[in-house]
Amino acid sequence: MQYIEPHGHMVSRTTDDYERMALAGCQAICEPAFWAGFDRASADGFYDYFRQITEYEPKRAARFGIKHYCWLCINPKEAEDIKLAEEVLALIPQFLDKPGVLGIGEIGLNKNSRNELRVFEQHVQLAQDHDQLILIHTPHLEDKLKGTRLIVEALRNFPKIQPKRVIIDHVEEHTIDQVLDHGFWAGITLYPESKCTPHRAIDMLEQRQAERIWMNSACDWGISDPLAVPKTMQEMRKRGWTPAMIRRIAWDNPRAFMGQCGKFGL
Amino acid sequence: MIDWIPPHPVNLVDLGFMDSRSKLIDLAAFLDRVQRAGQEGDFRVQALKNAIALLSLDEPQRAKEVLLSFSDPSTEPIAKATMQGAIGAHRG
Repeated sequence: MQYIEPHGHMVSRTTDDYERMALAGCQAICEPAFWAGFDRASADGFYDYFRQITEYEPKRAARFGIKHYCWLCINPKEAEDIKLAEEVLALIPQFLDKPGVLGIGEIGLNKNSRNELRVFEQHVQLAQDHDQLILIHTPHLEDKLKGTRLIVEALRNFPKIQPKRVIIDHVEEHTIDQVLDHGFWAGITLYPESKCTPHRAIDMLEQRQAERIWMNSACDWGISDPLAVPKTMQEMRKRGWTPAMIRRIAWDNPRAFMGQCGKFGL
Repeated sequence: MIDWIPPHPVNLVDLGFMDSRSKLIDLAAFLDRVQRAGQEGDFRVQALKNAIALLSLDEPQRAKEVLLSFSDPSTEPIAKATMQGAIGAHRG
């Protein structure tokens, strides 16, 4: 069954992963801008990275018949440095018209600091000014609850931002309701140890009847599985899900959200 | 977009019992291990023990309550991020 990977950091993955994903039915991968595993030394590092995910990575994906899209931002881990953040924010507009750019992301919070929040709000303003979709990262582990609350609260200060054009990713059982009840989309991430297992994801999908939710692997340079989505689709079959409902999560929902950007073509 | 179609009923216990049993034994062994090593005073071990107590809840909200028990309950942003990683439990 074909599927979309809505959140994969393919710059950190090999062509073996592309091949496996293609064999598993992946038709499109969406790659948010993220932390490289170390702090970049200057805005120039981000400029090159933006070129990589807007120009080179789509060509790498195309060799496997996979469409590649991306999102742009300075990630929350590097947002403590306000001066750097503002330099990077100033770079983003020149990339927004690139054919695969879907919007601003993955912005958000990491340790829930004042500077991170300020940079988050600057990104939201940028998205508002350029009418862009928004993809949001919620913090890890013990910081997630607080960060999600701060993010939802901050978004309410931008009345022109439509909740249906915002996806708040990496939700778990204690944050999913807050995200969906405020009208945003929610992403469930299938990532070992620090995020959800397939069965927990399926539980949440059933509780919320698959409304405005997608699931993703967020595969990156850490121990993660680029096939987490098709493996979870397999678990859904074991749990009695119909093919139509599996397709809704793995295909229809991502298309519905990202199709709000006219560049997303599937 | 099609309307929600609930899954066909399946025996979830058949599906998940062995995996859950394995994880529970692993958890028990971890607590034994840290105690033998004299490391059970670590705040994370106490956080784990507090979370385990929540498994006795009657309502099907255990996963949510466990996550809440590990979470930072404060509401104001911190002045400055002094580290980039997360630990897994709020120090309190």
